[in-house]
Amino acid sequence: MPGNTATSDQAADMTTDTTIQISNLDFYYGDFQSLKNINLTIPAKKVTAFIGPSGCGKSTLLRTLNRMYDLYPRQRAEGQILYQGRNILEPGVDVNMLRARIGMVFQKPTPFPMTIYENIAFGVRLYENLSQGAMEERVEWALKKAALWSEVGDKLNKSGLSLSGGQQQRLCIARCVAVKPEVLLLDEPTSALDPISTAKIEELITELKEDYTIAIVTHNMQQGARCSDYTAYMYLGEVVEAGETDQIFLRPAKKETQDYITGRFG
Amino acid sequence: MSDTNDRAENGMWTEHSSKQYDLDLEAIRSQVLLMGGLIEKQFREAMAAFLSGDIVRAEKVIRGDEEINRLEVALDGACSQLIVRRQPAANDLRTVMATSKVITDLERIGDEITKIARSGRDMQSRNTLIINNFQSIKVIGDHAGGMLHDALDAFARKDRDLAIKLMGMDKVIDHEFHEMMRSLITYMTDEPQTIAPALDILWAAKAIERVGDHSTNIAEYVIYVVEGRDIRHMDYMKMFPERPL
Repeated sequence: MPGNTATSDQAADMTTDTTIQISNLDFYYGDFQSLKNINLTIPAKKVTAFIGPSGCGKSTLLRTLNRMYDLYPRQRAEGQILYQGRNILEPGVDVNMLRARIGMVFQKPTPFPMTIYENIAFGVRLYENLSQGAMEERVEWALKKAALWSEVGDKLNKSGLSLSGGQQQRLCIARCVAVKPEVLLLDEPTSALDPISTAKIEELITELKEDYTIAIVTHNMQQGARCSDYTAYMYLGEVVEAGETDQIFLRPAKKETQDYITGRFG
Repeated sequence: MSDTNDRAENGMWTEHSSKQYDLDLEAIRSQVLLMGGLIEKQFREAMAAFLSGDIVRAEKVIRGDEEINRLEVALDGACSQLIVRRQPAANDLRTVMATSKVITDLERIGDEITKIARSGRDMQSRNTLIINNFQSIKVIGDHAGGMLHDALDAFARKDRDLAIKLMGMDKVIDHEFHEMMRSLITYMTDEPQTIAPALDILWAAKAIERVGDHSTNIAEYVIYVVEGRDIRHMDYMKMFPERPL
């Protein structure tokens, strides 16, 4: 399969310090410009958090990183998002392959109405042709990566929808991880979850960054402070300040950032 | 803050607007200023009691330390409460962390002040006097009092320049203390009957010198609050070559 060769080539790249480099990125919903001249680096094998008030463009920015916006007409991005030496905004990019390399987990858990096993195997089959044994191994591997195996290992044939919200979200992360991406985009992954499930996902994020580059959008500032290495504060479609999370939360350079972080935004 | 006031504030817990947050921060700030004001008054009284040999005044200072200790406990509680309820960040977090340290230093200053008062009281109970050293202890006391005042002022107004200025003052007090110690040693060697009162003076001088040290600590926290830099255990001369002295 030609796709396989490409994947293994890219897998070789994973050992190097690959990052996503965003330069002069503008984004439009029809006539409305929602991202203005974004310049940002997403460092490899680190967690980068996007924070900011509602409507500041943080989810939009996340969605440009794997061209999720392509699914909607009248939305367009201009500028450059350099990933593995290529501007992913160019027309010739294989969007399906891109989304396999840069996976996404959404705010609400979105398991397919299938068994737990199929929820994971389904996506893998789109990209790889595995034997049944290899597939079973892959499913187990992904569920272990997502810290879910111990809870569902003996009920893989049950419906994904029978799981709790927190388990469903980890199933979605397992599904994402199963196709062996390099980057994980998490769009408010815990906003619909209770504190215990949230803690599990946060712990998972810390474990996953050993192997993956992670970008997370969060409304929960403490969550950003807890699990990210770098933080970008956005407001009105612009990156106001970006830097190491400790610095942003302890001594932000800009007054606007400080006001938002301390809750004096208004 | 009385218990009743505490409860009245607790009643507003449900209101999680940032206005209430600011009120909480402001309440802590004004309590620190209150504590600082009390400390300054205690220090003035202790020095006056020492210099005038007024035992009643000295006793009053010693008793007054209880109020300082009580404020320390109350303020520490208020800081923990703010952290758990508001999860402060950035400058707010730095302010709360620094406040918690400032009140520790203030409480220690309170302890040093009682040492001054005790030394004054003990010295009066002896019959020998060393007149000459009263002048030098007044000088070192004035310097320390000035530093204490500036430290509290700098903390209240987040005045970085004033903080840097007073950090330079500590060397002056240290020098004066050592000069004084040398002259007291001469006294004690020449006239052994002055050893007891000379030691009283030395204890007081040491306590005053410590007030200067704690004031310097407070100045360091001011830099932390304003700039986010932790400059403890560093060489000020190199860090602030521009320092106004």
